[in-house]
Amino acid sequence: MSETITMHQPHIASVALEKSYRKGQHKIPVLRGVDISARRGEFLSIVGQSGSGKSTLLHLMGLLDSPNVGEIQLDGERIDDLPQRTRDELRNRVFGFIFQFYHLLPELSLLENVLSPLMIRHSTLTFWKQRRELRQMACEIIDKVGLSHRLRHKPSELSGGEMQRAAIARALVAKPEILLADEPTGNLDASTGQEIMDLLTQLNTEQELTIVMVTHDKAIAQRAHRVVLLTEGRIEEVRQEAA
Amino acid sequence: MYKFLLCLRYLRTRYIALASIISVMLGVATMIVVNSVMAGFGTEMRERIHGILADVIVETTSLDGRENAELQMALARKAAGEYIEAMTPTVEVYGMLSFEWAGQWITRPVTLIGIDPETKAKVGPLRDHLESYNARMDGEELIRQALRPREDPISFELTDQAKQYRQQIANWSPNSEGPWEEPPWKSGSDESPSTTPPAEDESPFSRQPATSEVNETPDKPVVAASDPFSDNPFNRVPKASQGPTLIEPTEPTDPNAALPMRLYVGASLIEFPFEDRETGRVKMMRMIEPGDDVKISTVSAGRPPEARHINATVVDVFKSGMSEYDANLVYCNLEQLQNIRGMLNPETGQRSITSIQIKLKDYADADEVVSRLRAAFPAGIFSVKTWEQKQGPLLAAVEIETAILNVLLFLIIAVAGFGILAIFYMIVVEKTRDIGILKSLGATSRGVMSIFLSYGLALGIVGSGVGVLLGLMFVKYINQIEEFITWLTGRDVFDDRIYYFDSIPTSVSLMMVFWVAFGAMAIAVLASIMPARRAARLHPVEALRYE
Repeated sequence: MSETITMHQPHIASVALEKSYRKGQHKIPVLRGVDISARRGEFLSIVGQSGSGKSTLLHLMGLLDSPNVGEIQLDGERIDDLPQRTRDELRNRVFGFIFQFYHLLPELSLLENVLSPLMIRHSTLTFWKQRRELRQMACEIIDKVGLSHRLRHKPSELSGGEMQRAAIARALVAKPEILLADEPTGNLDASTGQEIMDLLTQLNTEQELTIVMVTHDKAIAQRAHRVVLLTEGRIEEVRQEAA
Repeated sequence: MYKFLLCLRYLRTRYIALASIISVMLGVATMIVVNSVMAGFGTEMRERIHGILADVIVETTSLDGRENAELQMALARKAAGEYIEAMTPTVEVYGMLSFEWAGQWITRPVTLIGIDPETKAKVGPLRDHLESYNARMDGEELIRQALRPREDPISFELTDQAKQYRQQIANWSPNSEGPWEEPPWKSGSDESPSTTPPAEDESPFSRQPATSEVNETPDKPVVAASDPFSDNPFNRVPKASQGPTLIEPTEPTDPNAALPMRLYVGASLIEFPFEDRETGRVKMMRMIEPGDDVKISTVSAGRPPEARHINATVVDVFKSGMSEYDANLVYCNLEQLQNIRGMLNPETGQRSITSIQIKLKDYADADEVVSRLRAAFPAGIFSVKTWEQKQGPLLAAVEIETAILNVLLFLIIAVAGFGILAIFYMIVVEKTRDIGILKSLGATSRGVMSIFLSYGLALGIVGSGVGVLLGLMFVKYINQIEEFITWLTGRDVFDDRIYYFDSIPTSVSLMMVFWVAFGAMAIAVLASIMPARRAARLHPVEALRYE
């Protein structure tokens, strides 16, 4: 019974989303009414060519940007018009981001990078008080992505695959509900990309993490439950999971 | 938490920020050094002026003075007795000092101050200024020990050395046709302080005036070593140039005894700088030594004033370190000065004085004492001032100088602030992507702003911390540094003969150090506000797109 409710109510959804950028005098539409939703625990791939607006869609869903028209809904509630503070809070607690270029902070070691969402969440004092548990938590997650031998290394001392695993660990440490991945394998060779995808599907099945992944690689996209094609700011084709 | 972690990491890894740290550091160090040296000079100068002027001075407006020192002092004591530690009556008048040296007469304008040395020493540090109580130094080198112990009661008595010197010139000079042998001051130069060691060919002539001076002595009536302060009414003859005519019969006449009028002469009045051709060092050439006789001219009290002349014996040399005083002041015994100026009422036997110098128990009460004394003494005749009011223009000038210098130096730190601003803008641009990452992880705009504000504060703290250390070290070793620069350039940077200091005086005030450091930190934070706001306003998507 409860399953049907979650089936019907999407975990995250975009409703009639429109977004355009200004370039001088010209208004360039990027998204022209996108309706898309993901159920709790679903692994959704969005495939599209460069410039199709898939990264913008992901940023809008993760509250990094606000849409011109339309809504973002989390568990059926609109979240894109919340005050800045709450949006920052949501980004910290609900969403986890993975980027194509890993985006680790170069000054911090791997452990510190993984800890950074927790540092942002807690005040200095509470972080200091709970530093043991938080470190323990971070270490466990780093262990899970297979980097426990690299704790003290700086990002510049890691390989691309290791950096992406570190970025995944950083996204997971905050215990998010939704993982937003922007071309997570875009900068990696095929086999490393497969390893990252293995990790993501494993997380999806084990932790029931909702994953929205953007990619231009159809082969990578096939590993999701559902693939959506985004062309010129519109959803073109929805391929249902072959079940 | 991430703010501090990141700003510490930025501090360690952004070497460009070192440039702004160094500029803050140099500014802070410069301000501390300059302020300490200025304060050192200022304190020293104030101390010296203060030492001569006493805390509070009650002065008559006319040079004639007012009668009865006892009465005036009793009045002052009645008005503000609980604050007063010591008082001394003085007579101040303008005069001329003449002496013969190297065959010519040298005349100097002076301020003649009649003092009672016992009470004057209680009012100010008179002992510190008299040469016979202090060892004479030439830089680090000790030339001679103090001629008398500091416990010795202060008086206008000659030291043993000066007596001996006086004896020698008296013995030698009357028979000057005798063989031109070793003059006594040369053979006796071990005892008598000699400032003219290299002047071989000059010294015989330089002492010529002493000869003529002593030649005159027998012609004049002489008071044998009688107490110059004795209240013998016959001593109070106003025409003091004639001198007291009576000799106490019990005392044997000593033709070599000092004259009744005795002086402490300011050092700069009787010496001049002299460059030794061989070593190139500048030495001070003394023209008069304690024990020599000189002529004093001044004016009498009364209307119209008349010129008065008297021969006097130099008892000691006075050196306060303030050139204004050392080139101007001659102290003499109060009663003799009152005698020659006729400041003595023949009917009542009352003596007049021109000022009372007062030392307070606590100088903080000075304003209270001044207002009480102003009420007690009639306004048209007396003026009451603290030493600071008396030296107002000079002290004010020094203060303004310090203030302007501080403003200028603070501009240096402000320049460092603009350096921080520019460098921070660069760092913000460089860190645009990181700012985007932090925002995607949920950092608020305020959080991002506080990273850069605390980074600025950290720069300020490190810069001013190192600057304070550097400045204090510089102040501590300033004399060694001065020596090193002198050695390096071959020029004397700090000529102690000009400044009268053996070493550069410094005085570090904790408040000053605190304010300089605080100001530098405040400027560092202020300069980082603009870049920090820019960082906070960065749009996360645009920041992330930045590659």
